[in-house]
Amino acid sequence: MIAVLDYGIGNLRSAEKALQKVGADARLVDDPALAAGADGIVLPGVGSFGPCARALESSGLAEVARDAVARGLPFLGICVGFQLLYEGSEEDPSASGLGIFPGVVRRLPVGVKHPQMQWNVLDITQSNLLVGVPDPAWVYFVHSFAPEQTSDTTATCDYGGPVVASAERGPVWGTQFHPEKSGTVGLGILSNFVAAVDAASGRTPSSVGA
Amino acid sequence: MRTVRVIPCLDVDDGRVVKGVRFTDLFDAGDPVELAARYDAQGADELVFLDITASSDNRRTMVDVVARTAEQVFIPFTVGGGVRAVDDGRRLLRAGADKVGVNTAAVDRPGLIADLADEFGSQCVVVAVDARRRLGPEGSPPAWEVFTHGGRTATGLDALVWAERCAALGAGELLVTSMDRDGTRDGFDLELTRQIAGRCQVPLVASGGVGELDHLVEGALEGAADAVLAASIFHLGEFTIAEAKAHLAAAGVAVRPA
Repeated sequence: MIAVLDYGIGNLRSAEKALQKVGADARLVDDPALAAGADGIVLPGVGSFGPCARALESSGLAEVARDAVARGLPFLGICVGFQLLYEGSEEDPSASGLGIFPGVVRRLPVGVKHPQMQWNVLDITQSNLLVGVPDPAWVYFVHSFAPEQTSDTTATCDYGGPVVASAERGPVWGTQFHPEKSGTVGLGILSNFVAAVDAASGRTPSSVGA
Repeated sequence: MRTVRVIPCLDVDDGRVVKGVRFTDLFDAGDPVELAARYDAQGADELVFLDITASSDNRRTMVDVVARTAEQVFIPFTVGGGVRAVDDGRRLLRAGADKVGVNTAAVDRPGLIADLADEFGSQCVVVAVDARRRLGPEGSPPAWEVFTHGGRTATGLDALVWAERCAALGAGELLVTSMDRDGTRDGFDLELTRQIAGRCQVPLVASGGVGELDHLVEGALEGAADAVLAASIFHLGEFTIAEAKAHLAAAGVAVRPA
Protein backbone atom coordinates (compact mmCIF):
# COMPACT_ATOMS: atom_id res chain seq x y z
CA MET A 1 0.00 0.00 0.00
CA ILE A 2 1.16 3.51 -0.84
CA ALA A 3 0.17 6.06 1.80
CA VAL A 4 -0.60 9.54 0.48
CA LEU A 5 -0.08 11.57 3.63
CA ASP A 6 -3.23 13.58 4.37
CA TYR A 7 -2.32 16.34 6.79
CA GLY A 8 -5.36 18.44 5.95
CA ILE A 9 -3.92 20.78 3.34
CA GLY A 10 -5.61 21.45 -0.01
CA ASN A 11 -6.49 19.01 -2.76
CA LEU A 12 -4.67 15.76 -2.05
CA ARG A 13 -7.27 13.72 -3.87
CA SER A 14 -5.68 14.15 -7.29
CA ALA A 15 -2.41 12.47 -6.20
CA GLU A 16 -4.36 9.51 -4.84
CA LYS A 17 -6.50 9.23 -8.02
CA ALA A 18 -3.50 9.40 -10.35
CA LEU A 19 -1.62 6.71 -8.39
CA GLN A 20 -4.69 4.49 -8.53
CA LYS A 21 -4.91 5.14 -12.26
CA VAL A 22 -1.44 3.59 -12.73
CA GLY A 23 -2.42 0.55 -10.71
CA ALA A 24 -1.25 1.39 -7.21
CA ASP A 25 -3.09 0.55 -4.01
CA ALA A 26 -2.88 4.19 -2.95
CA ARG A 27 -4.84 5.66 -0.07
CA LEU A 28 -5.11 9.02 1.60
CA VAL A 29 -3.95 8.34 5.15
CA ASP A 30 -4.25 10.70 8.10
CA ASP A 31 -3.57 8.12 10.81
CA PRO A 32 0.18 7.89 11.65
CA ALA A 33 -0.15 4.25 12.75
CA LEU A 34 -1.72 3.28 9.42
CA ALA A 35 0.83 5.28 7.43
CA ALA A 36 3.68 3.58 9.29
CA GLY A 37 2.66 0.26 7.71
CA ALA A 38 2.86 1.51 4.11
CA ASP A 39 5.27 0.17 1.47
CA GLY A 40 5.80 3.63 0.02
CA ILE A 41 5.01 7.20 0.99
CA VAL A 42 3.78 10.13 -1.09
CA LEU A 43 3.98 13.56 0.51
CA PRO A 44 1.84 16.01 -1.48
CA GLY A 45 1.36 19.64 -0.62
CA VAL A 46 -0.09 22.84 -1.98
CA GLY A 47 -0.23 26.34 -0.62
CA SER A 48 2.60 27.78 1.38
CA PHE A 49 5.56 26.24 3.16
CA GLY A 50 4.90 27.41 6.73
CA PRO A 51 1.32 26.15 7.17
CA CYS A 52 2.22 22.87 5.42
CA ALA A 53 5.30 22.32 7.62
CA ARG A 54 3.32 23.03 10.79
CA ALA A 55 0.36 20.87 9.73
CA LEU A 56 2.70 18.00 8.90
CA GLU A 57 4.29 18.17 12.35
CA SER A 58 1.07 18.58 14.32
CA SER A 59 -0.60 15.70 12.44
CA GLY A 60 2.11 13.33 13.62
CA LEU A 61 2.87 12.47 10.00
CA ALA A 62 6.26 14.25 9.95
CA GLU A 63 7.55 11.51 12.24
CA VAL A 64 6.14 8.87 9.88
CA ALA A 65 7.91 10.58 6.97
CA ARG A 66 11.29 10.73 8.78
CA ASP A 67 10.95 7.13 9.87
CA ALA A 68 10.05 5.93 6.35
CA VAL A 69 13.13 7.65 4.93
CA ALA A 70 15.32 6.16 7.70
CA ARG A 71 14.00 2.70 6.80
CA GLY A 72 14.78 3.27 3.12
CA LEU A 73 11.18 3.13 1.88
CA PRO A 74 10.46 4.65 -1.54
CA PHE A 75 9.32 8.20 -0.89
CA LEU A 76 7.95 10.86 -3.24
CA GLY A 77 7.40 14.51 -2.34
CA ILE A 78 5.31 16.64 -4.70
CA CYS A 79 5.34 20.47 -4.97
CA VAL A 80 5.30 21.86 -1.41
CA GLY A 81 5.70 18.23 -0.29
CA PHE A 82 8.99 18.27 -2.24
CA GLN A 83 10.02 21.57 -0.66
CA LEU A 84 9.34 20.09 2.79
CA LEU A 85 12.17 17.59 2.18
CA TYR A 86 14.65 20.50 2.46
CA GLU A 87 15.84 22.25 5.59
CA GLY A 88 13.73 25.38 5.27
CA SER A 89 12.26 28.01 2.96
CA GLU A 90 12.62 31.73 2.34
CA GLU A 91 8.83 31.74 2.26
CA ASP A 92 8.68 31.22 6.03
CA PRO A 93 12.03 31.22 7.83
CA SER A 94 10.29 30.38 11.12
CA ALA A 95 9.22 26.94 9.81
CA SER A 96 11.51 23.92 9.51
CA GLY A 97 11.46 21.33 6.77
CA LEU A 98 12.29 17.66 7.24
CA GLY A 99 15.95 18.26 6.32
CA ILE A 100 16.23 15.06 4.28
CA PHE A 101 17.80 17.03 1.42
CA PRO A 102 20.39 19.63 2.40
CA GLY A 103 19.63 23.13 1.21
CA VAL A 104 16.79 25.61 1.34
CA VAL A 105 13.85 26.66 -0.81
CA ARG A 106 14.15 30.03 -2.51
CA ARG A 107 11.90 32.50 -4.29
CA LEU A 108 11.69 32.17 -8.10
CA PRO A 109 13.91 34.51 -10.14
CA VAL A 110 12.82 38.12 -10.57
CA GLY A 111 11.52 39.34 -13.91
CA VAL A 112 9.02 36.49 -14.36
CA LYS A 113 5.47 36.18 -13.06
CA HIS A 114 4.93 34.57 -9.68
CA PRO A 115 3.56 31.96 -9.49
CA GLN A 116 4.90 30.02 -12.43
CA MET A 117 1.54 28.56 -13.45
CA GLN A 118 2.09 26.71 -16.70
CA TRP A 119 3.48 23.68 -18.50
CA ASN A 120 7.25 23.68 -18.95
CA VAL A 121 9.94 21.38 -20.33
CA LEU A 122 12.24 19.32 -18.11
CA ASP A 123 15.99 19.54 -18.58
CA ILE A 124 17.02 16.21 -17.07
CA THR A 125 20.60 15.55 -15.97
CA GLN A 126 20.14 12.06 -14.62
CA SER A 127 17.25 10.53 -12.76
CA ASN A 128 15.91 7.13 -11.76
CA LEU A 129 12.41 8.57 -11.43
CA LEU A 130 12.20 10.31 -14.79
CA VAL A 131 13.24 7.34 -16.93
CA GLY A 132 11.25 6.71 -20.08
CA VAL A 133 9.70 10.18 -20.31
CA PRO A 134 9.40 11.62 -23.82
CA ASP A 135 11.88 14.23 -25.01
CA PRO A 136 10.86 16.98 -24.56
CA ALA A 137 8.95 16.12 -21.37
CA TRP A 138 6.23 18.71 -20.66
CA VAL A 139 4.97 18.88 -17.08
CA TYR A 140 2.72 21.22 -15.10
CA PHE A 141 4.08 23.67 -12.52
CA VAL A 142 2.30 25.91 -9.99
CA HIS A 143 4.72 27.53 -7.56
CA SER A 144 6.44 30.72 -6.47
CA PHE A 145 9.36 29.04 -4.69
CA ALA A 146 11.72 26.18 -5.56
CA PRO A 147 14.62 24.39 -3.85
CA GLU A 148 18.12 25.66 -4.57
CA GLN A 149 20.23 23.66 -6.97
CA THR A 150 22.37 21.05 -5.18
CA SER A 151 24.05 17.74 -5.98
CA ASP A 152 20.64 16.08 -5.39
CA THR A 153 19.07 18.00 -8.29
CA THR A 154 18.06 15.76 -11.19
CA ALA A 155 16.16 18.13 -13.47
CA THR A 156 15.50 21.81 -13.97
CA CYS A 157 13.18 23.91 -16.07
CA ASP A 158 13.84 27.32 -17.57
CA TYR A 159 11.82 30.08 -15.89
CA GLY A 160 13.82 33.28 -15.70
CA GLY A 161 16.86 30.99 -15.34
CA PRO A 162 17.25 27.37 -14.33
CA VAL A 163 14.69 26.38 -11.68
CA VAL A 164 14.92 23.05 -9.83
CA ALA A 165 12.20 20.69 -11.06
CA SER A 166 13.21 17.46 -9.33
CA ALA A 167 15.76 15.89 -7.01
CA GLU A 168 16.56 12.50 -5.62
CA ARG A 169 18.75 10.81 -3.05
CA GLY A 170 18.52 7.02 -3.00
CA PRO A 171 14.86 6.02 -2.82
CA VAL A 172 13.76 9.55 -1.87
CA TRP A 173 12.40 11.51 -4.83
CA GLY A 174 10.81 14.88 -5.17
CA THR A 175 9.19 16.86 -7.98
CA GLN A 176 8.44 20.57 -7.96
CA PHE A 177 5.97 19.99 -10.79
CA HIS A 178 2.71 18.06 -10.37
CA PRO A 179 3.03 14.61 -12.00
CA GLU A 180 -0.61 13.92 -11.05
CA LYS A 181 -1.63 16.89 -13.21
CA SER A 182 0.82 16.39 -16.07
CA GLY A 183 -1.27 14.12 -18.28
CA THR A 184 0.30 10.96 -19.67
CA VAL A 185 3.86 12.17 -18.99
CA GLY A 186 3.03 12.58 -15.32
CA LEU A 187 1.24 9.25 -15.09
CA GLY A 188 4.37 7.60 -16.53
CA ILE A 189 6.51 9.20 -13.82
CA LEU A 190 4.11 8.02 -11.10
CA SER A 191 4.19 4.59 -12.69
CA ASN A 192 7.99 4.56 -12.22
CA PHE A 193 7.50 5.38 -8.55
CA VAL A 194 4.89 2.63 -8.14
CA ALA A 195 7.27 0.14 -9.79
CA ALA A 196 10.00 1.16 -7.31
CA VAL A 197 7.59 0.59 -4.42
CA ASP A 198 6.62 -2.82 -5.79
CA ALA A 199 10.27 -3.80 -6.27
CA ALA A 200 11.25 -2.66 -2.77
CA SER A 201 8.37 -4.51 -1.13
CA GLY A 202 9.16 -7.67 -3.12
CA ARG A 203 5.83 -7.82 -4.86
CA THR A 204 5.12 -8.46 -8.52
CA PRO A 205 5.08 -5.12 -10.29
CA SER A 206 1.66 -3.74 -11.10
CA SER A 207 0.55 -4.72 -14.55
CA VAL A 208 -1.81 -1.80 -15.02
CA GLY A 209 -0.15 0.92 -17.06
CA ALA A 210 -0.98 4.55 -17.67
CA MET B 1 10.36 30.09 -20.81
CA ARG B 2 6.83 31.39 -20.82
CA THR B 3 4.30 29.10 -22.45
CA VAL B 4 0.73 30.12 -23.14
CA ARG B 5 -2.02 27.75 -22.04
CA VAL B 6 -5.04 26.87 -24.15
CA ILE B 7 -8.14 26.34 -22.01
CA PRO B 8 -11.54 25.13 -23.17
CA CYS B 9 -14.31 26.51 -20.96
CA LEU B 10 -17.32 24.40 -20.09
CA ASP B 11 -20.35 26.37 -18.89
CA VAL B 12 -22.36 23.82 -16.93
CA ASP B 13 -26.10 24.12 -16.28
CA ASP B 14 -27.76 21.31 -14.31
CA GLY B 15 -25.09 18.79 -15.30
CA ARG B 16 -24.94 19.70 -19.01
CA VAL B 17 -22.52 21.90 -20.96
CA VAL B 18 -24.26 24.91 -22.46
CA LYS B 19 -23.11 27.95 -24.36
CA GLY B 20 -24.69 31.34 -24.83
CA VAL B 21 -24.22 34.66 -26.57
CA ARG B 22 -23.52 37.67 -24.36
CA PHE B 23 -24.36 35.49 -21.34
CA THR B 24 -27.84 34.53 -22.62
CA ASP B 25 -29.54 32.36 -25.32
CA LEU B 26 -28.12 29.03 -24.13
CA PHE B 27 -27.81 25.88 -26.20
CA ASP B 28 -26.82 22.36 -25.15
CA ALA B 29 -23.26 21.28 -25.99
CA GLY B 30 -22.95 17.90 -24.29
CA ASP B 31 -21.86 15.95 -21.23
CA PRO B 32 -19.18 17.77 -19.21
CA VAL B 33 -17.17 14.72 -18.19
CA GLU B 34 -17.16 13.37 -21.75
CA LEU B 35 -16.10 16.74 -23.14
CA ALA B 36 -13.42 17.17 -20.49
CA ALA B 37 -11.88 13.81 -21.34
CA ARG B 38 -11.98 14.63 -25.04
CA TYR B 39 -10.22 17.96 -24.54
CA ASP B 40 -7.61 16.32 -22.31
CA ALA B 41 -6.92 13.76 -25.06
CA GLN B 42 -6.67 16.58 -27.62
CA GLY B 43 -3.97 18.31 -25.57
CA ALA B 44 -5.82 20.97 -23.59
CA ASP B 45 -3.54 22.52 -20.96
CA GLU B 46 -6.28 23.05 -18.40
CA LEU B 47 -10.04 23.03 -18.15
CA VAL B 48 -12.44 25.53 -16.66
CA PHE B 49 -15.92 24.56 -15.50
CA LEU B 50 -18.31 27.39 -14.74
CA ASP B 51 -21.46 26.39 -12.92
CA ILE B 52 -23.91 28.92 -14.31
CA THR B 53 -26.94 27.89 -12.27
CA ALA B 54 -27.85 29.00 -8.82
CA SER B 55 -29.99 26.37 -7.13
CA SER B 56 -28.53 24.21 -4.40
CA ASP B 57 -29.65 21.00 -6.12
CA ASN B 58 -27.55 21.90 -9.11
CA ARG B 59 -24.59 22.65 -6.84
CA ARG B 60 -24.66 19.03 -5.73
CA THR B 61 -24.82 17.98 -9.38
CA MET B 62 -21.70 20.08 -9.98
CA VAL B 63 -19.76 18.40 -7.16
CA ASP B 64 -20.66 15.08 -8.77
CA VAL B 65 -19.44 16.31 -12.19
CA VAL B 66 -16.18 17.42 -10.58
CA ALA B 67 -15.66 14.08 -8.84
CA ARG B 68 -16.35 12.11 -12.02
CA THR B 69 -14.01 14.36 -14.02
CA ALA B 70 -11.23 13.88 -11.46
CA GLU B 71 -11.47 10.12 -11.98
CA GLN B 72 -10.33 10.36 -15.56
CA VAL B 73 -8.80 13.74 -16.30
CA PHE B 74 -5.19 14.29 -15.17
CA ILE B 75 -4.69 17.91 -16.13
CA PRO B 76 -5.53 20.88 -13.91
CA PHE B 77 -9.07 22.14 -13.75
CA THR B 78 -10.78 25.14 -12.24
CA VAL B 79 -14.37 25.15 -11.03
CA GLY B 80 -16.26 28.38 -10.53
CA GLY B 81 -19.80 29.48 -9.93
CA GLY B 82 -21.67 29.72 -6.66
CA VAL B 83 -18.59 29.74 -4.43
CA ARG B 84 -19.69 31.96 -1.56
CA ALA B 85 -17.64 30.70 1.37
CA VAL B 86 -14.47 28.83 2.22
CA ASP B 87 -16.55 25.68 2.73
CA ASP B 88 -17.87 25.84 -0.86
CA GLY B 89 -14.28 25.97 -2.06
CA ARG B 90 -13.29 23.07 0.16
CA ARG B 91 -16.13 20.92 -1.19
CA LEU B 92 -14.99 21.47 -4.79
CA LEU B 93 -11.30 20.96 -4.01
CA ARG B 94 -12.00 17.79 -2.07
CA ALA B 95 -14.08 16.51 -4.99
CA GLY B 96 -10.99 16.92 -7.17
CA ALA B 97 -10.88 20.50 -8.48
CA ASP B 98 -7.42 22.13 -8.49
CA LYS B 99 -8.59 25.74 -8.34
CA VAL B 100 -11.81 27.47 -7.44
CA GLY B 101 -13.18 30.51 -9.21
CA VAL B 102 -15.04 33.29 -7.44
CA ASN B 103 -16.79 36.35 -8.75
CA THR B 104 -20.04 37.60 -7.20
CA ALA B 105 -19.24 36.63 -3.62
CA ALA B 106 -15.80 38.23 -3.85
CA VAL B 107 -17.31 41.52 -4.97
CA ASP B 108 -19.83 41.34 -2.10
CA ARG B 109 -17.10 40.47 0.39
CA PRO B 110 -13.52 40.93 -0.93
CA GLY B 111 -12.17 39.31 2.25
CA LEU B 112 -13.32 35.98 0.80
CA ILE B 113 -10.35 36.11 -1.61
CA ALA B 114 -7.92 36.40 1.30
CA ASP B 115 -9.78 33.72 3.27
CA LEU B 116 -9.57 31.27 0.36
CA ALA B 117 -5.90 32.09 -0.24
CA ASP B 118 -5.06 31.64 3.46
CA GLU B 119 -6.87 28.33 3.60
CA PHE B 120 -5.84 26.73 0.31
CA GLY B 121 -3.01 28.87 -1.05
CA SER B 122 -3.16 31.56 -3.73
CA GLN B 123 -2.56 29.02 -6.49
CA CYS B 124 -6.05 27.64 -5.79
CA VAL B 125 -7.84 30.98 -6.08
CA VAL B 126 -9.02 32.30 -9.43
CA VAL B 127 -11.01 35.52 -9.46
CA ALA B 128 -13.31 35.83 -12.46
CA VAL B 129 -13.70 39.42 -13.58
CA ASP B 130 -16.66 39.96 -15.91
CA ALA B 131 -16.26 43.41 -17.41
CA ARG B 132 -18.18 45.63 -19.79
CA ARG B 133 -16.92 48.81 -21.44
CA ARG B 134 -18.14 52.08 -20.00
CA LEU B 135 -19.09 54.89 -22.28
CA GLY B 136 -17.15 57.93 -21.15
CA PRO B 137 -16.96 61.44 -22.58
CA GLU B 138 -15.25 61.58 -25.94
CA GLY B 139 -11.46 61.40 -25.66
CA SER B 140 -11.52 59.89 -22.18
CA PRO B 141 -9.38 56.80 -21.55
CA PRO B 142 -11.20 53.47 -21.88
CA ALA B 143 -12.83 52.10 -18.77
CA TRP B 144 -14.67 48.93 -17.87
CA GLU B 145 -17.22 48.12 -15.18
CA VAL B 146 -17.36 44.86 -13.21
CA PHE B 147 -20.57 42.84 -13.39
CA THR B 148 -21.71 39.99 -11.13
CA HIS B 149 -24.48 37.40 -11.01
CA GLY B 150 -23.60 35.99 -14.41
CA GLY B 151 -23.48 39.43 -15.96
CA ARG B 152 -26.85 40.61 -14.65
CA THR B 153 -25.73 43.02 -11.96
CA ALA B 154 -23.69 46.17 -12.45
CA THR B 155 -21.41 46.89 -9.51
CA GLY B 156 -20.05 50.34 -10.27
CA LEU B 157 -16.55 48.94 -9.72
CA ASP B 158 -13.79 49.88 -12.14
CA ALA B 159 -12.42 46.62 -13.58
CA LEU B 160 -8.76 47.73 -13.54
CA VAL B 161 -8.92 48.86 -9.92
CA TRP B 162 -10.81 45.73 -8.92
CA ALA B 163 -8.34 43.41 -10.68
CA GLU B 164 -5.43 45.01 -8.84
CA ARG B 165 -7.25 44.66 -5.54
CA CYS B 166 -7.96 40.97 -6.22
CA ALA B 167 -4.28 40.29 -6.87
CA ALA B 168 -3.31 42.16 -3.70
CA LEU B 169 -5.83 40.14 -1.67
CA GLY B 170 -4.26 36.87 -2.78
CA ALA B 171 -5.82 35.83 -6.08
CA GLY B 172 -3.45 33.46 -7.85
CA GLU B 173 -4.95 34.05 -11.26
CA LEU B 174 -7.44 36.37 -12.97
CA LEU B 175 -9.99 35.11 -15.48
CA VAL B 176 -10.94 38.23 -17.40
CA THR B 177 -14.08 38.01 -19.52
CA SER B 178 -15.23 40.76 -21.82
CA MET B 179 -19.02 40.74 -21.65
CA ASP B 180 -19.14 42.89 -24.77
CA ARG B 181 -17.36 40.17 -26.71
CA ASP B 182 -18.64 36.99 -25.05
CA GLY B 183 -20.18 34.74 -27.70
CA THR B 184 -19.81 37.35 -30.46
CA ARG B 185 -16.83 35.68 -32.18
CA ASP B 186 -15.27 39.12 -32.68
CA GLY B 187 -12.14 38.33 -30.66
CA PHE B 188 -10.97 39.25 -27.16
CA ASP B 189 -11.18 42.80 -25.83
CA LEU B 190 -7.39 43.10 -26.12
CA GLU B 191 -7.17 46.50 -24.51
CA LEU B 192 -8.95 45.20 -21.42
CA THR B 193 -6.63 42.21 -20.97
CA ARG B 194 -3.51 44.22 -21.77
CA GLN B 195 -4.39 46.91 -19.24
CA ILE B 196 -5.06 44.38 -16.48
CA ALA B 197 -1.94 42.32 -17.34
CA GLY B 198 0.10 45.52 -17.11
CA ARG B 199 -1.14 46.23 -13.60
CA CYS B 200 -1.19 42.77 -12.05
CA GLN B 201 1.70 40.37 -11.60
CA VAL B 202 -0.48 37.24 -11.41
CA PRO B 203 -1.28 35.13 -14.48
CA LEU B 204 -4.17 36.31 -16.61
CA VAL B 205 -6.61 34.16 -18.60
CA ALA B 206 -8.27 36.03 -21.47
CA SER B 207 -11.88 35.08 -22.14
CA GLY B 208 -14.81 36.12 -24.28
CA GLY B 209 -15.19 36.46 -28.02
CA VAL B 210 -12.99 33.87 -29.70
CA GLY B 211 -14.36 33.03 -33.14
CA GLU B 212 -11.23 32.09 -35.04
CA LEU B 213 -7.73 30.89 -34.25
CA ASP B 214 -6.09 34.26 -34.96
CA HIS B 215 -7.99 35.60 -31.96
CA LEU B 216 -6.01 33.24 -29.72
CA VAL B 217 -2.76 34.59 -31.16
CA GLU B 218 -3.91 38.17 -30.61
CA GLY B 219 -4.81 37.37 -26.99
CA ALA B 220 -1.37 35.96 -26.29
CA LEU B 221 0.63 38.64 -28.15
CA GLU B 222 -1.36 41.91 -28.10
CA GLY B 223 -3.54 41.01 -25.11
CA ALA B 224 -0.53 39.90 -22.98
CA ALA B 225 -2.55 36.93 -21.70
CA ASP B 226 -0.86 33.94 -20.05
CA ALA B 227 -3.69 31.70 -21.11
CA VAL B 228 -6.42 31.90 -23.73
CA LEU B 229 -9.88 30.52 -23.07
CA ALA B 230 -12.54 29.63 -25.60
CA ALA B 231 -15.75 27.65 -25.69
CA SER B 232 -17.85 27.65 -28.87
CA ILE B 233 -15.05 27.07 -31.38
CA PHE B 234 -14.15 23.88 -29.54
CA HIS B 235 -17.63 22.71 -28.51
CA LEU B 236 -19.02 23.09 -32.01
CA GLY B 237 -16.14 21.06 -33.39
CA GLU B 238 -14.91 23.88 -35.62
CA PHE B 239 -11.37 23.53 -34.33
CA THR B 240 -9.56 20.98 -32.22
CA ILE B 241 -7.21 21.96 -29.39
CA ALA B 242 -4.37 20.59 -31.50
CA GLU B 243 -5.25 22.91 -34.39
CA ALA B 244 -5.39 25.86 -31.99
CA LYS B 245 -1.96 25.04 -30.61
CA ALA B 246 -0.42 24.48 -34.03
CA HIS B 247 -1.77 27.89 -35.07
CA LEU B 248 -0.32 29.59 -31.98
CA ALA B 249 3.05 27.89 -32.46
CA ALA B 250 3.17 28.91 -36.13
CA ALA B 251 2.60 32.51 -35.02
CA GLY B 252 5.56 32.32 -32.65
CA VAL B 253 3.66 31.77 -29.39
CA ALA B 254 5.31 29.10 -27.18
CA VAL B 255 2.82 26.37 -26.32
CA ARG B 256 2.97 22.81 -25.10
CA PRO B 257 2.47 20.83 -28.31
CA ALA B 258 -0.73 18.79 -28.35
